[in-house]
This record gives sequence, structure tokens and C-alpha cells, in this order.
Amino acid sequence: MTFRRLSEFLPPLAFGLAILAIWEAGVRLLHVPAIILPPPSAIAMRLATSIPTLAADFRQTIQGVLAGYVIGSLAGFVVAILIDRSQFLQRGLLPIGNLVSALPIVGVAPIMVMWFGFDWQSKAAVVVVMTFFPMLVNTIAGLSSAGAIERDLMKTYGADYWQTLLALRLPVAMPFIFNALKINTTLAMIGAIVAEFFGTPIVGMGFRISTEVGRLRIDMVWATIVVAAITGSLFYALVAGIERRVTFWHASYRAKET
Amino acid sequence: MKSVLPILAVVLALIGVWYLAAALMNAQLERDLFANSGRTDYSTQDLVGASLNMERPKLPAPHQVASELYKLVFATSPTSKRSLVYHGLITLEETLIGFAIGSALGIGLAVLIVSMRWLERSMMPWIVASQTVPIIALAPMIVVILNQFNITGIAPKAAIAAYLSFFPVTVGMVKGFRSPDPLQLDLMRTYSATRAQTFMKLRAPASAPFFFASMKIGAAAALVGAVVAEVTKSEDGGLGARLLAGSYYGQTVQIWAALFAAAALSAALVGAIGLAGRLTQRRMALS
Repeated sequence: MTFRRLSEFLPPLAFGLAILAIWEAGVRLLHVPAIILPPPSAIAMRLATSIPTLAADFRQTIQGVLAGYVIGSLAGFVVAILIDRSQFLQRGLLPIGNLVSALPIVGVAPIMVMWFGFDWQSKAAVVVVMTFFPMLVNTIAGLSSAGAIERDLMKTYGADYWQTLLALRLPVAMPFIFNALKINTTLAMIGAIVAEFFGTPIVGMGFRISTEVGRLRIDMVWATIVVAAITGSLFYALVAGIERRVTFWHASYRAKET
Repeated sequence: MKSVLPILAVVLALIGVWYLAAALMNAQLERDLFANSGRTDYSTQDLVGASLNMERPKLPAPHQVASELYKLVFATSPTSKRSLVYHGLITLEETLIGFAIGSALGIGLAVLIVSMRWLERSMMPWIVASQTVPIIALAPMIVVILNQFNITGIAPKAAIAAYLSFFPVTVGMVKGFRSPDPLQLDLMRTYSATRAQTFMKLRAPASAPFFFASMKIGAAAALVGAVVAEVTKSEDGGLGARLLAGSYYGQTVQIWAALFAAAALSAALVGAIGLAGRLTQRRMALS
């Protein structure tokens, strides 16, 4: 078991370390100016010495990310449940939801900054708009994924609409819902960071990136990007971990254990 | 065709909600304006009418956005710097160049990954992990770095568009090349097909649905990349630059017009790819 896990982790780890080594050596040997591309060691140094700033940025941005993520995903889910009984509304909303999912929604950022001010609330609002539609579309698709045989079985039990929903259709929809939740982790980070390009109080990851780029302190930009990357990955891993607990019965997880 | 009526109904309802929201959100602003000009004898009807036709509303009414769009798309010469056609073409050019480069690289990498197992085991976790990283945070930096090399104009934005469309295409195409089931692969083996033949005759055709799905995601991502890049370097124009200019000067109608233009561009791109996908699949007798 341990050996198998090790052999699973080793190649990507080696690959990552090799990339870092090539980066470091390349920058040093070719004398690339730090303004263009700082070596990883310089970025690590900057990261270690600017922890208070980075932590403040992180706190500022994560508020907008989490608030928007929860509200947007919840709203998408609730609307999907509400229109579940109306075929008419579903046929109308589904194409529109699919269309909106492909639109450059981050563009609403300047509008939200105008409406809700510079602080994290406007970032949360952008995230709400961005996360709403993926959740809506996926939940609708998930609720319709229960098979006819299972539905018939529920009918023979004399189950009413709500019982069928809770006992059969929602559990079956869980893989779809978690798919949206996972997509939304990335969208939430992107939404909050891009919204900060349009105006913030003088703190936040997007603010840090855009100002430090202006001051040509590229190592600080990279340090912030490292923080954003780790945050995004951990956020995703957290949701994926919950998914594994909730949908342990799903084929994609069962297959791995045998 | 059955769904035209429901879509129409939902769109009409949305426009209704929009009008209501515009009236409610702008009312306070308009009341202040009336108070400033010393007008006190206005009726609710005056207030609603005026708040739907403000010059700088909090939320412009749909007809204001529509008339602004009409004015900037059709009634302005496409060479004028105010025309949305002018800015839209800039954005479209960046998007298409970036998308072409990004998807070509993505497909190439996917071919490599599928044909070399060690590459997949060492790279795939990173590619998947990179999906969870807010890549767009890199946009301002790429613009500045390319600036150092005197690469300006369209190239930096196309680079960001390429970068953003690259990852979804890679992941989608790896999935697509993997989609033939073991039975079909075994059949190829019984024919003693070479790896190249298996790839050309089985994996590549089987990946067609995935190809079009990832092209759609890639095109949409490329457009987002181009728009965000324009925000960080707004002096060359483009729809993102219009968004930024609008937010600087509080020109809400202009922001909404630029937003709708970007949305139309994205919908047109995705729609065209979807159409090409349906035609291809029909010729391949997949659907």
C-alpha cells in the first residue's frame, strides 16, 4: 500500500523538482534579469520575508471568495430545486444557463465594484454571479439523472415527490453537484482576484499582483501567485475530499479500491 | 424548436426583472437629483420614468443598453475609437490568435501524453493541479514581461488567451484519446495495428466529441483571457479597455454595452464551434 502510494507520487514529484531545478539553473546561467523571471530561490526568500503582507492579502481575498462561493452555489442549488417541478421553466432556463456559463462573466467586476464598494463585498458579488450558473445547470442535469427503473421503484413504494427527491434523486445528483462545486472553487478564486484589479482597499491578492507588477517587483508577484495557487489547490482538494466521503458509492471511487 | 417558447418566456421575465431592478436601484439617485434641482412636485410616474433614463444610472435600463449598443455598433464608423466594432475586432483578433496557438499546443501535448506513459505519470497531476490555480492572476505579469522584450500590441494579449485556452484543451483531449474502451483497443491489437495506426484509426476519431467540447471551453477561456489582458494594458483598445474606461468615468451604460458585446462575441464563437461539431458528428454518423 505504502509502496504503491509512493510510486504514484514519485514521478510527478520528480518532474516538479526537475522543472524547479531547470528554472533555477537556467535563470542563473543565462543571467536572466530578475525583472523578467526571478529564480525560484528568490521567490521562496521573498515569500518567507513577506508573510505578514501575504497573510493580510490572503485574509482580504478569501472573505470574498468564500462568501461568494457559498451564496452563489447555494442560490444555484435552490433555484434548481425550485424549478424542478416546472418542465417549462427548465426548458427555458437550461439553454440560457449553458449560454451564460460560456460568457466572460468576470466583466461584471467593474459594475459590482460600483454597486458594492471597494471592499470584499463587491468581490463576493462577482463570485456569486460566476458560481451561480454552473451550479444551476449541473444540479438540473443531476436531478434528471435518476433512472426510470429507480423512479418506478419509488412509485411502487408509494413515495411522494419530496420523498423521491430526498431518498433517490438528490443522492443520485450528488456527483453532478460536486462537479459544480469543484468547478466553482476555481471560478471563485478567479472572480475575486480579477475583481480586485478593478479597485480594492490597499490589500488583497489581486491588488498585490497588479501593484507589484507596476513597481516591477516580480518576485513579490510570484510569491502572491504561489499563495493563490496553494489556496486554490487546497480549496479544490477540500471539496474533492468531501465528495469522496459523500459519494463513496460512485463507480469512479469504487473502481480504485479493488 | 419546442424550447423556443420557454426560452422566450424566461428572457422576457429576465428583462422585466431588470426593468424593475433598474427602477428600484436608480430611484434614490434620481430623488437626490430632483432635490438638488429644487423639484418637489414630481409623481411616482415621473420618478420611475426619469430613473429609467438617467445618464449615469446605477443600473441602466435594457433599452438604454440596447440603444447604446446600436449607436456604438451600427451608427458609429467602425474605424472610430468609440465604435464597439473597432474594439470588438481587436478583442476577436487577440482571442483567435491566442486560441489557435493554445489549442494547437494543447492537442500536441495531449498526443505526447497519451503516447508516452512516463510523461503522463509525471505531468498529468501537474496539469490537473494547474486547473485549480487561478491562472488569470498571471495575466498582468505576462504583459509586463513581454513588454520588457519590446513585445507589445496584440502579442501579449494573445499569449494570455493562448495560456488560458491551453489547459482545458489538454485535459479534454487526453480524456478524448483515452475514450475508446478496452474492447476496441483489443480489437486493434488483434489486427496487429501499430501504435500510430491505433492512434490514427481509433483514438483520434473517438476523440471527436471531446475535441469539440474542449474547443468550446478553450474558446470561451481565450476570450476571457483577452478581455482581462486588455484591462491590464488598456491603451491599445479592446472590449476590456472599454470596460476599464467605463468604470473609471462612471459610464455605466458604456460598461454594459461592452459587456454585452463581449458576451455576443463569446456566444458567436462557441456557437460556431458547436455547429461545426454537429456537422462533423453527423458526417461521422455519430449522432
